Amino acid sequence: MELCTLTAHELLEKINKKEISFADILRSLQDRIKQVDPKVKAYVRVDGRNENNENGSCRDRFETCPYKGEQTSQSGFLKGLPISLKDNICTEGLNTECCSRILAGFKPPYDATVVKKLKEAGGAIFGLKTNMDEFAFGSSCENSAFGPTCNPWDIERVPGGSSGGSAAAVAADEAIWALGSDTGGSIRQPASFCGVVGLKPTYGRVSRFGLIAFASSLDQIGPFTKDVADSALLMKAIAGHDPSDSTSLDAPVPDYTASLTGDIKGLKIGVPKEYFSQGLDAEVKAIIDAAADKLRNLGAILTEVSLPHTEYAVPVYYIVATAEASSNLARFDGVQYGFRGLEGRNLIDMYMRTRGEAFGQEAKRRILLGTFVLSHGYYDAYYLRAQKVRTLIKKDFDDVFKQVDCLITPVSPTPAFKLGERVEDPLKMYLSDICTISANLAGVPAISLPCGFTKDGLPVGLQIMARPFAEETIFRAAHAYEQSTDWHKRRAKL
Amino acid sequence: MALDDKTVEYVARLARIELQPRELEKLSRQLQGILDFIDKLNRADIRGVSPTSHVLAVNNVFREDIGRQSLATEKVLENAPRKQGDFYVVPKVIE
Repeated sequence: MELCTLTAHELLEKINKKEISFADILRSLQDRIKQVDPKVKAYVRVDGRNENNENGSCRDRFETCPYKGEQTSQSGFLKGLPISLKDNICTEGLNTECCSRILAGFKPPYDATVVKKLKEAGGAIFGLKTNMDEFAFGSSCENSAFGPTCNPWDIERVPGGSSGGSAAAVAADEAIWALGSDTGGSIRQPASFCGVVGLKPTYGRVSRFGLIAFASSLDQIGPFTKDVADSALLMKAIAGHDPSDSTSLDAPVPDYTASLTGDIKGLKIGVPKEYFSQGLDAEVKAIIDAAADKLRNLGAILTEVSLPHTEYAVPVYYIVATAEASSNLARFDGVQYGFRGLEGRNLIDMYMRTRGEAFGQEAKRRILLGTFVLSHGYYDAYYLRAQKVRTLIKKDFDDVFKQVDCLITPVSPTPAFKLGERVEDPLKMYLSDICTISANLAGVPAISLPCGFTKDGLPVGLQIMARPFAEETIFRAAHAYEQSTDWHKRRAKL
Repeated sequence: MALDDKTVEYVARLARIELQPRELEKLSRQLQGILDFIDKLNRADIRGVSPTSHVLAVNNVFREDIGRQSLATEKVLENAPRKQGDFYVVPKVIE
C-alpha cells in the first residue's frame, strides 16, 4: 500500500503505532508527484514548468522548503502530516502568487492564520502550492498564469475551479489533503469534478487573515480531503476566532470528529426543487436522486422545499463579487510587490500599464464589471439592487431551515467539462456555479462529497448545506452517507 | 442597458487598466452579454427590502486599543519592484 493513497486519519494511526515516520510519507508523496504531476499539473512552480520566476525541480524546491515537518511533528495532533495549500494562502518566505503575473515573485512577509494554526496543531506545510484560476476568478482552473490543471479522471477535462489544483492533487494522491478557498463554489465544484470531499465552512468560521482577498463578504477557506472524517479533522485544526479577521466569529469550535456517529435517523433533509430544474444533466440528476434514496433508507426524512429566489443567485453574485474584487484588487499597482510595467510619463501611466499587462483576461473582465456596477450613475441600479436581492436569497435559507436540518442538491449541473470548452464564453462558465453560489451569498456551510460516477467514469458530487455554524450536521449526514457507499474509495487511474 | 466602447474605456480608466484596441472590442462585447444576463434582476420584487450589509448578525467589532508589533521596514520593502533606502520608488507625482 502506497502511503500517499491513504487518508490522514489512517496515516495518523500508523504514526501513532510507530509503523511509519514523517519521512516515509514525504518520500511517497514526492515519488507520486514525480510520477503523475507531469500529466495532472496540480502544483505550480515545479520542474521549470513555471515561467513566472525562479525554477527548481520539485525535489529541490521541497528540500529547500522553509517548512520542514520535523519541526512540528513531535507535538500537536497532526503529527507532522503534510498539507498542500492553494496559491492564494500566504506562507512566510514561500512564493504565493495567486497564479497571476501581477504577483510574480511575491514572498509573503507573514503566515496566514490558517497556516499558523496548522503548524501549532503539528501539521507541515507542503513546499509546493496548488494551481488555481488567477485570483480565484474561474470555474475551470484554466485562467492560471501557469496554464491549466487536468482532471485526474480524464486528463482532457478540467478539474473545476478555482481551487482545481488542490482538488486534483488530493484526487491524484499527490497530496494527503489540501486547503482551498471558496467564494462562489471554488472548493465544492472542483471537489465534485475530481471526486473528493470539499467543504466551504460557514462565513466567519475560519479566519481569512493571509488569504489574498477576492470578495470579502463571500470568501472562506476550507479543506479538500479523501473522506469526511479527514474533513472534520482538518476543520478542528483551522476553525476558530482570530482578532486579525474581524469577520471571524468568537464562538467555540466543537470537536467535529464527534459528529461522525453514522446515525441520521430522523434527520430532516430538504430537497429544494429549484436545483433540479432546467439545465441539470440527466445522468447527474439520476445520481443525485439515488443518493437521496440512500439517505432515506438510512432513516432521514426527506421533503421537497423551495428556495424561490434561486434564479437570481448568479446575477447577484456577479455584481457583488466583482464589485468587491475591483476594490480588493486595487492594491495591485506595481508599487509594493509583484510586477511593475514600463513607467511612462507619470504614476497613473505606470498603474495602467502594470495592470493592463499583468492581469489576465478574466481578471480584467471582472475588475471592469465590478468598477462599472459601483460607478456613479449605476450603483443603485446594479450594486444596491443586488444587495437587496441578496437579502431575499438569505431569507429563503432562514425560512427553509425552520422546516429542515439540512438541504441536498447537486454541486454542479454537469460533470467535468472539456478543457477549452467554455473559455471563450464567460457567461456559460459563470453558470457552472449555479448550484454553489447561494451558500456563499447566504453565508451557510456546504460540502461536496462523492456520490457516483457517470457512465464515462466522471465523478459526481452531492452538496449538503446546513444552518450557519452547523458544520456538525453536515459532517453527520455526509459521513453516514459515505460509510454506506464506496465512491470515495475509488481512485483515478493515471 | 447598452454598453458602448466609450463607457468601457471610461471604466477601464477608472480601474487603471490599459486596454489594447482588440481587447477593448472583445471585452465590450463580453461585458454586454453579462449585463444582459444580469438585467434579470429587474424582475425581482425588492420593495421594502434592505440591502445585505453582513450575512450574519455581527455588528461593529471593536478591540482594545493596544499597540502591537508591526512588520520591520526592510521586511515590508522586500517585495518592492523598486526601492531606495526606506522608501518605495515611483514615477514623479508632482510636476
